Amino acid sequence: MTDQPAPLDGERLIWIFTQMVRIREFEERVKRTFEDHPGVIRGHTHLADGAEASIVGSLAAMREGDQLMSTYRCHGYPITLGTDTKAIMAEIYGRTDGLCGGYGGSMHLADPERGFMGTSGIVGQGIPQATGVAYAAQIRKQSQVVLCFFGDGASKQGAFHESLNLASLWKLPIVYIMENNSYNVATRSEQEDANAAAGEPLSVKAVAHSMPGVTIDGGDPIAVYETVSAAADRARGGEGPTLVESKVYRLSAHGNLIAPPGVPLHYPEHEAITVFGNREEYEAALRGDPVPRFRARLVEQGTLTTERADEIVQDARDEMQAAVQFGLDSPFPEPSAALNHVYA
Amino acid sequence: MAREIPYIAAVNEAIALEMARDDTVVFYGQDVAPSDEDPLVKSFGRDRVRVSPISETAEIGMAVGLALAGYRPVVELLMAEFMLVAMNQVVNEAPRLRYMSGGRVKVPLVLKAGYGFTAGWAGQHTGSIYTMFAGIPGLKVVLPSTPADAKGLMASAVRDDNPVVYLMHYLLVLEHGDVPEGEYLVPIGEAAVRRPGSDVTIVATGWTVGKALEAAEMLAAEGIEAEVIDPRSLQPLDMPAILESVEKTGHLVLADQATRHASAASIIAAEVAEHGFASLKAPIKLVTAHDATIPYSEPMEAFVLPDEVKIAEAARQALGAAPVTA
Repeated sequence: MTDQPAPLDGERLIWIFTQMVRIREFEERVKRTFEDHPGVIRGHTHLADGAEASIVGSLAAMREGDQLMSTYRCHGYPITLGTDTKAIMAEIYGRTDGLCGGYGGSMHLADPERGFMGTSGIVGQGIPQATGVAYAAQIRKQSQVVLCFFGDGASKQGAFHESLNLASLWKLPIVYIMENNSYNVATRSEQEDANAAAGEPLSVKAVAHSMPGVTIDGGDPIAVYETVSAAADRARGGEGPTLVESKVYRLSAHGNLIAPPGVPLHYPEHEAITVFGNREEYEAALRGDPVPRFRARLVEQGTLTTERADEIVQDARDEMQAAVQFGLDSPFPEPSAALNHVYA
Repeated sequence: MAREIPYIAAVNEAIALEMARDDTVVFYGQDVAPSDEDPLVKSFGRDRVRVSPISETAEIGMAVGLALAGYRPVVELLMAEFMLVAMNQVVNEAPRLRYMSGGRVKVPLVLKAGYGFTAGWAGQHTGSIYTMFAGIPGLKVVLPSTPADAKGLMASAVRDDNPVVYLMHYLLVLEHGDVPEGEYLVPIGEAAVRRPGSDVTIVATGWTVGKALEAAEMLAAEGIEAEVIDPRSLQPLDMPAILESVEKTGHLVLADQATRHASAASIIAAEVAEHGFASLKAPIKLVTAHDATIPYSEPMEAFVLPDEVKIAEAARQALGAAPVTA
């Protein structure tokens, strides 16, 4: 991160592509772990594949000192911020060398030194916390901005509306980024959201809180970067928050299978197929996959050669292979370490 | 130098002193300083003293965020029950984030609320619901019963690196008592012996401490010397002090304004049953609120609550009961 948002020159565009590829390759290895190493991942994981452009485009707008909070679908943010993927994978594997020592797992990553202040595993509940981080930034007066990530489902929570009201009222330096993937787990937005049912974008919710609301293609990292940069500039200038609805398509199911111990876990097919029988919707989403789409664009405009693009992918694969191996090799924590960190 | 001031003034004094001492302390909540003429606003500015909407989830969630970002928020929640509106932030966010991050973050904040307002406030503003919080690893819960403790425990709560539920008793806010001037800290987790005695131990919190002391006076007139212990915090709970007293007296009465099955008394009874059984000469007696919602009408309200007469009677029963045979 630099003091000023870097202009999107060729190097910056390649940086964005590289981070998108790293997230994709990381998530692929998390998913593959269920087949390659059954039992290594416990509980529930949630993948960011499909949302890479939205994540990286947003984080490309961050400056030194800016901070963010996210949901339990949280692997992509620290990967982009430079957290060691070995530590993230070891955390997902429950190992002592994990980013959080095996105390949190996939849903509860945090790397405050890099500005990633944490997550909530409960829908919508990180929104007021990010708003509090923004209140701290307002008191500190060092031009920091906070990015608050959440899903479309969270926008039906009281926590969302209470926080947006307060942030707008107090002109807090925060950008609310709703990653709208059209599904609350297995329920479609128009089944549970009055705006969606009325054919309106979900960004209209900003109107109730007297702040700008915009809806963008979250599959286009440049559009995301430009929108979030403008919102961050506005926040930095003391003009308060913006609601950005970033439309993405989650390319995996909500999470791995939920099952009691003993049942092998895996990723089922996307809910468009398993719940609604709509394979065409899912296949259309695959055709619009933001990672190859952005690659093709950079190659077409001459920013990236296919050779360099292949190298970036291979480097990411090597990195994630090393992360998997590191996670497998890392020891488990001492059982009695479970009593550490209860109190500071 | 100590001087007599009311409990509520002691609470406010501690907050002002801590805000002067540490500019990361922030104070906000519903109806906190709506006027710019408020002394706290004049001393510390609008950045640090704010009035919030009626949005408990946002208020408490924002306190978590402030704490993650290096501040020490004190949130005015007015009534303990208002925390129920935001229970996820209180029990499932603030106390868990440090643990789940493997110690990478800390969450120092104070949730300040009144409780136990059994003065005709009926069913929804009168609860003694502290065990809902005391059972949560990562949270601390303090229950000051005197003006001096109200000040000293607030100062300690603000300086603590953990989330602290600070419960002030609404029936005590106008009680006067000696309070030291200037910096004054009461450590969280240390019980106070309010009255020494050798015949029976009475453990009481908050408003029931005064009732227990009145009961002890009634018993003293009958030649029974009761020791009254005030744990002052439920998490951490100073069991060594209670066990030491029980070892001396062999008899235990637990007075508690909470309903029996959600009482601190039931937790203390379990601990003493396991760790102090050999000291007991008779069964433990619990004097709690009946398991009912607090009624509005005064005679019914008095009926469901513990009082000094019930506490004294329980002590007589404990002393008159057959010895426990192991």
